Amino acid sequence: MADVLQQVVSGIASGGVYALLALALVLIYRSTGVVNFAQGEMAMFSTFVCWELLDRGLPYWVAFFLTLAISFVGGVLIERLVIHTVSRSQALTVVTVTIGLLILLNGAAAWIWKGEQRTLENPFPSDTFDVGGVVIAAQDIGIIGVSLAIVVVLWAFLQRTRVGLALRAAALNPESSRLHGVRVSWMLALGWGLAAVLGAVAGILVAPTQGSFDQNLMLPVLIFAFAAAVLGGLDSPIGAVVGGVVLGVVLNLVGAYIDFFADLRLPAALLLILGILLLRPNGLFGRSVVRRV
Amino acid sequence: MQVPLLELEDVEARYGAVRALHGITLDVGERQVVSVLGANGAGKTTTLRAISGTVRRSGGLRFDGKALPRSPEAVARLGIAHVPEGRGTFAELSVDENLKLGAYTRRDRSGYASDYEEVLKHFPWLAERRDQQAGTLSGGEQQMLALARAFMARPRLILVDEPSLGLAPLIVKQLFDVLRTWIDEHGMSALVVEQNANVALEHSERGYVLEVGRVAVEGTADELRGNESVRKSYLGY
Repeated sequence: MADVLQQVVSGIASGGVYALLALALVLIYRSTGVVNFAQGEMAMFSTFVCWELLDRGLPYWVAFFLTLAISFVGGVLIERLVIHTVSRSQALTVVTVTIGLLILLNGAAAWIWKGEQRTLENPFPSDTFDVGGVVIAAQDIGIIGVSLAIVVVLWAFLQRTRVGLALRAAALNPESSRLHGVRVSWMLALGWGLAAVLGAVAGILVAPTQGSFDQNLMLPVLIFAFAAAVLGGLDSPIGAVVGGVVLGVVLNLVGAYIDFFADLRLPAALLLILGILLLRPNGLFGRSVVRRV
Repeated sequence: MQVPLLELEDVEARYGAVRALHGITLDVGERQVVSVLGANGAGKTTTLRAISGTVRRSGGLRFDGKALPRSPEAVARLGIAHVPEGRGTFAELSVDENLKLGAYTRRDRSGYASDYEEVLKHFPWLAERRDQQAGTLSGGEQQMLALARAFMARPRLILVDEPSLGLAPLIVKQLFDVLRTWIDEHGMSALVVEQNANVALEHSERGYVLEVGRVAVEGTADELRGNESVRKSYLGY
């Protein structure tokens, strides 16, 4: 039993990372109606930025928050300079552009950082705690704590501030929002900035758990995040968080007890995406809205 | 003569290649309610959209003597609230959040609070429905919510598109009464597009009748009521 709980805790930790990236996907999907395939690569790029800052000798948390700020600006710029120019096109065009961005960012990172394996500093101690026979890694607690803090801050921003309300309104009803003076196109850019920040945190948290990383760090994580977002419902932030945690725990448990499954985690995630899209396209929390006219 | 609050001079508007307005000239004075009447397709809705910038337009558009900006956001920030066709409800958001969005351009917290209280006085049922999803309100309630959102912006001019559409006569009368009262009490003006000419003229100082994108008749409410062709075509007696 203790063994199972141990697997659950580390499953929640990896699920927290999936949840952050899934939230980023949901944030952009809600406002633009497209899945941002470049989300993982944006996160990978941010992780390299963090590595670079640390390599130049900045203290860990200074580098961490500086990376978030740079990522935010980067996300806003990507929306303004790239996505905005195709925003009036069909969804397929925008999706294609995000796939282009994926390739571009991957190539750029390989070029800038020479495609070598890098090691990102781990902010958490390698200690373990024994809680009633359950061995819990400090790193897992750290990852869960940071993910939770980010989710709470994002929730408070969206639900409790004037700009957060405008951001949600712009996603739900852009035309009416403009009539109320909301600068809708800037709200979209703000959404991309926030998504980039979420991705950056996910990348910075996940990189140390892998030992070393290169420009392909986030490709598998993006698949898991996408599965989490689809599971929760692509338009539901709560769904993204729940989906991420559920996926993390389930994959971890199955992987721990069924030997060959460790290699099948990615195909399993893809199968999950396919299954949900076929059987329950709204996911667990995707809302169907009541509308009267 | 005093400069009107809103002046349109020879305004044209088009949807793609289709021209919807062929040179509209009208004005709305301070503290006036002006109605725009006409059949379907006469260009009533387009006239409002031309003012708020949600359709491509050309010609002279002046608000308070200054040219109107092109983007809807900028027009809204000047103090023009547009209650659009379809009511513009944020269906997924709560009633309370809808009202907050109405006041989005405002920075004065105390003014917001007192206006909120006043809106609740006119629409008492809003108070108990604060947390309800706005999309679950009935059509009449959503129309009232749309008006309330516009009031919350404390605009100088309110544009209202067919408030009577699909609503029972009693509710229509209530809506117009509240609109008239609010405008008089706060020194605002309104330009109201309406098919129901009787109710509209009853609550207006002046009116315009549009036919195929042009002003066909204009005058005070009494003049329009006395005009035989207007009476036959739009008032039904």
